[in-house]
Amino acid sequence: MSTLGENLARTAAEAPDRVAIRLLEGEAASTITYAELVRGAGAYGQALARARVRRGDVVVIILEHGRDLLESFLGAILIGAVPSIMPFLTEKLSPERYQASLESLIQITQPAALVTNAAFEARARAAAEGRVRSILLDSQARGPLSEPLPSGPSAAPDDLCLLQHSSGTTGLQKGVALSHRAVLRQCRDYSRAIHLGDEDVIVSWLPLYHDMGLIAGFLLPLLSRVPLVLMSPFEWVRAPVRLLRAVSEYRGTLAWLPNFAYNFCAQKISQAELQGLDLSSWRAVINCSEPMRWRSHQLFLERFGPYGLRPEALATCYAMAENVFAVTQGGIGQPVVVDEIDLAALTSSGEARPARAGAGFRMLSAGRPIADTQVRILDSQHHPLPDRQLGEIALRSGCMLTGYYHRPDLTQEAFHDGWYLTGDLGYTVAGELYVTGRRKELIIVGGKNVYPQDIEELAGEVEGVHPGRVVAFGVFNEDLGTEEIAVVAESDSAMPVERRRIGDGIRTSVARGSDVVVRHVRVVEPRWLIKTSSGKLARQANRDKFLDEMAGPRKEASADTAAERESAREQS
Amino acid sequence: MPSTSDVLAEFIAGSLLKDPGRAIAPDEPLITGGLVDSFSLVDLALFVEKTFGVRLHDSELRADVFDSLSQLAALVEQRRSAAA
Repeated sequence: MSTLGENLARTAAEAPDRVAIRLLEGEAASTITYAELVRGAGAYGQALARARVRRGDVVVIILEHGRDLLESFLGAILIGAVPSIMPFLTEKLSPERYQASLESLIQITQPAALVTNAAFEARARAAAEGRVRSILLDSQARGPLSEPLPSGPSAAPDDLCLLQHSSGTTGLQKGVALSHRAVLRQCRDYSRAIHLGDEDVIVSWLPLYHDMGLIAGFLLPLLSRVPLVLMSPFEWVRAPVRLLRAVSEYRGTLAWLPNFAYNFCAQKISQAELQGLDLSSWRAVINCSEPMRWRSHQLFLERFGPYGLRPEALATCYAMAENVFAVTQGGIGQPVVVDEIDLAALTSSGEARPARAGAGFRMLSAGRPIADTQVRILDSQHHPLPDRQLGEIALRSGCMLTGYYHRPDLTQEAFHDGWYLTGDLGYTVAGELYVTGRRKELIIVGGKNVYPQDIEELAGEVEGVHPGRVVAFGVFNEDLGTEEIAVVAESDSAMPVERRRIGDGIRTSVARGSDVVVRHVRVVEPRWLIKTSSGKLARQANRDKFLDEMAGPRKEASADTAAERESAREQS
Repeated sequence: MPSTSDVLAEFIAGSLLKDPGRAIAPDEPLITGGLVDSFSLVDLALFVEKTFGVRLHDSELRADVFDSLSQLAALVEQRRSAAA
C-alpha cells in the first residue's frame, strides 16, 4: 500500500458496499459507500485528465463543504495530481479581497487547474487570468465514468500527495507539501496511538482546508476503513448541538475539537436541545489545534456528563500540518496527565516548577509522541533542554513535510540539524509534552491560524490610521476558551466621533478581508505604540501595554459576562 | 416600552460587541459587515428565543435572511404576530 490512490482502489474492490461517509446536510443524511466514492472521484479524475491535468500538477479546489469537495479532492489524487483546498468565499468576506488571495495562491502554486462551481466561475476566471490551463466546474465532472479507471499506480510513494495552506496573505505563502508516504505513515502511526478499530465511528464538523479536518476528519477514517459522519462547519457553528446529535444517533466514538469548541458547546446549547441525547458511545473527544485548557475540559464534562459523556473520554493532541497531523497524543487508555505549575515562575525563569495542589495553573499534557516521531525542547542555541525547562519544541519523524511548496528558502529555515523547529514553546516531564505558547506571534482564533501582519495590513488601509502605526495581537479569553483579536491603531485625531469612525472602519476592513473579526479596537494618540530599537513595532510589548491599561475594566467585563451566561443557563 | 429593534440593538452592542454605547443603524450590515460573527449568531438566536419567545431556525442565521437590524426586527415581529 504505497499511495493513497492504491489504498482507496483496494478498499473499493474489497469492500465496495461498506459505508465510507455519512454526509449530514441540513436535516438530510446521505450515505456514500467506498464504491460510490471512488466512482465519483474517478469521474473527477477523468474530467481533470481531459482538462490536461497530469501527474504532479497542482489542482486548487474552491467548493463548499459537500460531496463534490470530497470527490474532487480524491479525484485529483487518483490521477497523481496534487489537490489543495482553498476555503470557500463566506458571506462576510469581500469578493474582491478573496479574489486577490486566490491570485496570490495561483502565483505561488502555479496550479494546472481550478475546480469550482458556476457561482464562483467568473471570479475564478478573473483570478486565473490565463495563468491556469483549465477551470473545471463541478457540473462537468458528475455523471458516469467515461471509461474504466486505470488500475496501475498513478504516483510513486514519494510523490507529492496534497498541499495544505493556512489562510491569509502570509499563510498562502507557506503551502505544506506532503508525500503519499508521509500521509500513509501518519495515518498508520496515529491510528495506533488512538487505538483505532473496527467498532469506531468518527464524527466531524471540521473544515477540510485545515489539517485537523483534512486528516482526522477525512483521510484517516477513509484510509482506515472507519466510518465517518461528516457535517459542515457552517451548519455546526449555527447549531453546535448537531455534533452531539450525530454522536448520539450514529454511536460516534471519536471526535477532534479545537479548545474553543468545548466552551462553545457547553455554553450555547439549550437544555431543550439536549433532551434524549446519549453520549456514552464517545470514547475520545480530542482537544487539538489551539492552546488546551483544563477549565474547558471541565466545562464540557459538567455540561455533558449527565448525558453519558465519560470523564475518561477527554483527550489531547499536539498536531501540525508539517507533520501531516499528530505529533503527540494524550488521554487514550489513561487520563490526560495534568501538571500544576507556578505560572509566574514559568514566565520569569523559564522553568515549569510544580506548584502546591490547588495553588498553581493546571497544564494539560498534550501526551506522548506517536510512533516514529521524536520531540525535543531546544534552547535559543538549539541545544536540547532537560525536563521542566521551557524552550522551543522541535521534532523529527517519518512523516514530515517534503517542503513548503515552491519555497525552498522557507523549508531550509524551518530545519536545524534534521530537526523541524516548530516555533512553539513548551516543556517536557517524563515523556509528556506540555505546550505553553504558540508559534511566534501567530494568533489562533477558534482554531483558525491568523497572522498579525495580515490583520495590520487590513487595518492600515483605513483612512485616518497612520500608515505602519497599527499593531494586532491575540488576547486569550478564558470564558470563550480561545483568543480574540485586538488592534491598536494610532491616529492624529483626538475627536471621539472620528476615532469611532476609524475603529468601525478597522472592524469592517478586517471582517471583509479575512476569516475573522476584531473584538477589541483601540484608537490611540501618536507615539502610543512601542517600537523596538530597530524601529519595528513590538507586538508583545504593545500587547502588554494594552492589557495593563485594560486590566481594571477588563476584569469587570469578564465577570459580568460569566454572570450573564450563568443566568442564561438557569433560564434555559 | 422599547421597540423590538431597540432591544435587539442593545443586545448586539452590549453583549455581542461589548460596546454598550455603540449605536446600531437600522440598515447597517451586521453579518457581512463583520459586526456579528458566525460564533455570535447562535447567541443572537438564543437571545431572540428567550426574549421574544420565537425561534429562528439555524438555517436562517445567514445574511441572505437578515443582515441588518431592521430586517432582523421585521423577522422577529413577523414570527410574533404569526404565533399570536
